[in-house]
Amino acid sequence: MRESVIMKIHYGTALAAVALVAVHILMRLTQGFAESLEYDSVITNYKFLPYAGMLEIILILISIHGFNGLRVVLLELKQGRVYEKAVSYSCVVAMIALIAYGSRTIIMVNTGMV
Amino acid sequence: MAQKSDLIETNTPTNSISKSIILRIARYNPEHDSAKKFMEFKVKYEKWTTVLEAILEVKQNYDHSVGVRYSCRQATCGSCGMIINGKPRLACFTKISELNSNTITVEPMNNFPIIRDLAVKFERLFNTHHKVKPYLIRDDTEITTDTKEFLQSPEELEQYIQFSNCIKCGLCNSACPTMATDSSFVGPQALAQAYRYVADSRDKGKENRLKIIDDSHGIWRCHFAGSCSQVCPKGVDPAMGIQLLRGYMLGFKG
Repeated sequence: MRESVIMKIHYGTALAAVALVAVHILMRLTQGFAESLEYDSVITNYKFLPYAGMLEIILILISIHGFNGLRVVLLELKQGRVYEKAVSYSCVVAMIALIAYGSRTIIMVNTGMV
Repeated sequence: MAQKSDLIETNTPTNSISKSIILRIARYNPEHDSAKKFMEFKVKYEKWTTVLEAILEVKQNYDHSVGVRYSCRQATCGSCGMIINGKPRLACFTKISELNSNTITVEPMNNFPIIRDLAVKFERLFNTHHKVKPYLIRDDTEITTDTKEFLQSPEELEQYIQFSNCIKCGLCNSACPTMATDSSFVGPQALAQAYRYVADSRDKGKENRLKIIDDSHGIWRCHFAGSCSQVCPKGVDPAMGIQLLRGYMLGFKG
């Protein structure tokens, strides 16, 4: 993938994440901070599908943006064909792993496994 | 790095009332020195004396072995770039009197391999400059096509004219923080030249040129620190050129 395409995705995910995280913070303001972190409250949020969907999208956006940012930092620290390929593939794998782990939580709640 | 200093006073005769400064010159020969050291010389100067003239006075009257590259002495050839009191500048274009300091420290430019003392290797600069195809790309030429010449309006000229002033002195690359860590980065000098030709209405090689700088060590690694534009002795603004190029690549410009 061309670097300009990657960077368009990088900037796009940043803007979208800021907007959705703002909505997420507004939603959290509807109840007390300590209360919002209680087990039942978290499970209730995950069972509310539109909100759970938004959390899933935030997870994807931040994972893409964050791991691409990490890739860029690591590429600037050291250069070399093998190193650069290792960094790029590792970041993609780590990104997919994080998204899968976060999604698993939401899926488990909504399929009654929790 | 360890630094060693020896103060040597020059006794150049002068007819007018002169002030004097301490000129600290970085000495380093990669072939047999393990670290850079500084030699100090007391040099007399007039209000018009440049740093290059002070270095040449030291070279002429005391230590012939000081390694320095220079040629035109009028900020045109771009040979005498160096770090003067911590900032990349042209030695021939920097008057001692404007530095407002009793001690002038001269060092080789950052982000360039040192040949000796103040002289650095320019291979990387010239290679990246060459890489962005710094010439007009088109199938026809004014020479073969006798029926036309490539006319431009003043507005079209204004799009790129300041970037034509680049003298390839390397000061922008020396000031760039990304150049310090990323050995494959194209650098502000080459990126500014890429913009100079992309913005030229006579050029037809925009796509080709944009592809060259659109890689993992290309234009996107610029942090927009802006130090390149601050140090340019010719008033070129590479940071702006890079942002305008990004505009092309993000589709904001046609």
